[in-house]
Amino acid sequence: MQAPYTVEERPETGLNNSKLGIWVFLASEVMLFGGLFSAYVFLRMAAPAGEFAYWGSKLSIPMATVNTMVLISSSVTVIMSWASLKMKDFEKYKMYMGLTLLCALIFLFIKYFEYTGKFHHGIYPSSSTFMAIYFTLTGLHGLHIIGGMIVMGYFWLPAGNKMWHSEPEHFTNRIEAAGLYWHFVDLVWIFLFPILYLL
Amino acid sequence: MSDHDHGHIEEHIKVYLTVFGALAVLTLLTVSASYMDVSNTEAIFLALSIATVKASLVAGYFMHLITERQTIIYILCLTFVFFLVCMFVPLITIIDHTAL
Repeated sequence: MQAPYTVEERPETGLNNSKLGIWVFLASEVMLFGGLFSAYVFLRMAAPAGEFAYWGSKLSIPMATVNTMVLISSSVTVIMSWASLKMKDFEKYKMYMGLTLLCALIFLFIKYFEYTGKFHHGIYPSSSTFMAIYFTLTGLHGLHIIGGMIVMGYFWLPAGNKMWHSEPEHFTNRIEAAGLYWHFVDLVWIFLFPILYLL
Repeated sequence: MSDHDHGHIEEHIKVYLTVFGALAVLTLLTVSASYMDVSNTEAIFLALSIATVKASLVAGYFMHLITERQTIIYILCLTFVFFLVCMFVPLITIIDHTAL
């Protein structure tokens, strides 16, 4: 059975259900990260003066800057993959989606080096309040990267070819929804980068 | 974003690339600003202001919020209100310090 309003707009909302669904999901994600950002503010306010800055100085700004650039680039490639589908160019879609997945892998690779570097120096979430919230926030963000990679990887594999050839518009909407999620993951990092690494 | 013709999409692509350039410049600006000799409050204000501009560019252009339907804008406005409440909850601890 075909789910209703996956392509055409629902009259009551003016949107197709996939777009409405992903935005409601993203609203819940705002609250999930919002709770943790709130915890960060709370912990920072309660910490002795200079403690957050001291532990924050142990993080690598160059690595995080490169990761920020990587994630911004992936936001562009994911939207280019959607634009390629809009222009009916499936080959370009494959290329841009492949680049997005590559950027996601690079991000995780750099994060892996950051984490192992900390562990190597005996720094763990239990080392300080700052490190606890650092690992919680970046860990949850990293899980979101992995989740996005699973969904986008599925659409990039042969399953995507099949969907594109049988229901091109439906497939394009799925890529748009996946792209919206990916931009949100980028958006969260835009705030994580300064509050954890720079302040 | 429904019935876009080829030309429309190409126009959008130009915008996406411009936004990408702006985001890259703003990222470098944030990093350079963090090395400036300013007070803690000023540093927080500066870093969060740049992050907010970057986030607005991503949400407005990459997520198409500038041209998006009212239904989504309403959902996000409601979310933003609750997000703000969430962010101001820690301020309640000030009461502990001021013994109000």
